[in-house]
Amino acid sequence: MLIFAIRRFGLAFLILFVAVTVMFLMIRAVPGDPVQIMLGPRATPELQARLTAELALDQPIWRQLVIFYGNLLQGDLGIDVFSGRAVTDIVFQQLPHTLWLIFSSIIWSAALGIGIGAYAAAHPNTLIDRITAAISVSFVAAPAFVVALLSLLIFAVNLKWFPAIGAGEGFWDRLNHLVLPAFAIGLSWVGYIARLVRASMLEVMGESHVRTARAFGINERRVVMVYALRIAILPVVTVIGVGMGFLLSSAVFAEIVFARPGLGKLVIDSITTRNYPIVMGSVLISTALFVVSTALADLVNAWLDPRARGSK
Amino acid sequence: MEKSRSELGQIVVGVSRDPLGLMGLIIVGTIVFCAIFAALIVPYDPVGMNIKDRLQGPSFSHLLGTDQLGRDTFSRVIMGGQVALKVALPAVFGAMAIGLTLGMIAGYGPKWLDNLLMLFFDTIRSFPTVMFALAVVALVGPSLQTVVVVVMATSIPTYGRVARTQTLTLRNSEFILAERSMGASMKRILGVHMLPNIIGVLAVLAAMDIPTVIALEAGLSFLGLGVKPPTPSWGALLKDGYSLIRQTPWLVVGGGLPIILATLGFTFLGESLRDVVDPKLRKQR
Repeated sequence: MLIFAIRRFGLAFLILFVAVTVMFLMIRAVPGDPVQIMLGPRATPELQARLTAELALDQPIWRQLVIFYGNLLQGDLGIDVFSGRAVTDIVFQQLPHTLWLIFSSIIWSAALGIGIGAYAAAHPNTLIDRITAAISVSFVAAPAFVVALLSLLIFAVNLKWFPAIGAGEGFWDRLNHLVLPAFAIGLSWVGYIARLVRASMLEVMGESHVRTARAFGINERRVVMVYALRIAILPVVTVIGVGMGFLLSSAVFAEIVFARPGLGKLVIDSITTRNYPIVMGSVLISTALFVVSTALADLVNAWLDPRARGSK
Repeated sequence: MEKSRSELGQIVVGVSRDPLGLMGLIIVGTIVFCAIFAALIVPYDPVGMNIKDRLQGPSFSHLLGTDQLGRDTFSRVIMGGQVALKVALPAVFGAMAIGLTLGMIAGYGPKWLDNLLMLFFDTIRSFPTVMFALAVVALVGPSLQTVVVVVMATSIPTYGRVARTQTLTLRNSEFILAERSMGASMKRILGVHMLPNIIGVLAVLAAMDIPTVIALEAGLSFLGLGVKPPTPSWGALLKDGYSLIRQTPWLVVGGGLPIILATLGFTFLGESLRDVVDPKLRKQR
């Protein structure tokens, strides 16, 4: 297990290293003076000189990379030239908003999806199973930002059930503001998780430990809930970990549509003001988040199911 | 040729027997038809302004109403379908071609190359798609080509990994070993013998990938970072609709419904194709 963990995190760091390097080179590969591009049309000569020195642009490219990594390891992603604050400060200030949104989305959709999937698997090929299957596929297909816009239109603008913009103050108000965006992000996950759980449930129900449990005369409800479901939700863990990227992507849209603070709003605002250090810092941190969560999902999976620790 | 035609016929029959598949076939057929003949269908010029008739609700002369510049929403929706396919098809086919080539090389080539390519795939996948797209658009600037390239780049790994797995399983099969013992070159083995065995699976993946691509294009255009105005894209319609959501609901409905319909149609079709072409794929993903 320990060896697996070390290897898995080794791979994660290797991937992250390559990804960050690619991103670094991408900025340098853009035609034109990087300082000019980063500062945009508002650049003054002093600012340009300062940034050139800061990014060590007068040095050869490999030294720039080394300096960049040196700073990165100290948690320094540079200074935002407009506000004078550290990029990491600005990004980490917005990050919790996005994480809350993602977690609340995944919690309601996983709960509902697992319920639907387990129910469908316990009653396979009945009419209800067919209907849930069709609905699940439809849910999977709905892009989060379209759902966000339509739910904004219906539930916030027309019915006025929920607030349309902002994140709210205080616990209940915040929760109230979370409902629509979390609904929009989670909707496609309900169908996805339901299908996944149904498929793996059906597989698990045929396995010998479930058959043994039945043979011992344990009642059907307990067999389904305790013996089958416990194994059957394993793939959900992996899928949520791997799906962190999709969740982050949907969160960007949900934050824009509902005018919520967060990483997505920060990135879009920074693109419109051509504030590249912030854009790159946010992309880097969200990538790191994604890579780590994928690795964690693999670890949890390996911990719960020793068979997954094999050669990978 | 005769054989492949009857195979194609069998696939179409198989898909249309499945109710969801038939529905997908009809929706996708309608969208493709509308996109091809868009210029003949639209009642108004999709970019022609008419300030006098701005922000109207649906009527017989404007089926889905008009936007803030008096442009006919229905015409823009139809034309938007053409734009969506213009982005989705090149992106999906490009990604499939590159992913297929790299994946086969990874599966058949030496171990170090395999590891290198897998690291490449994993790296691309490690960027959250929209964040990656935003970073590129921020650097290069928004345009139709940028969207195509970004979308293509992000979906290469999916095809690459599946092509690799398929190649690995085929690699030691008897007919490939026989070819190899007769001295066939790698190019010939991959191109003539492996390719026909892999392409079906990848085509199914491509059909299932189109909705993602359409949604991504619309999403970027919604953020104002995709197709440039006044080009009528579904995402651009949503962008206008979002800023005018309190004045008229019809722009959001007009931009949102075709996206949902298109994603539904392609998903149904893709799922059904998968079951017909290769039921085994269901477990692999």
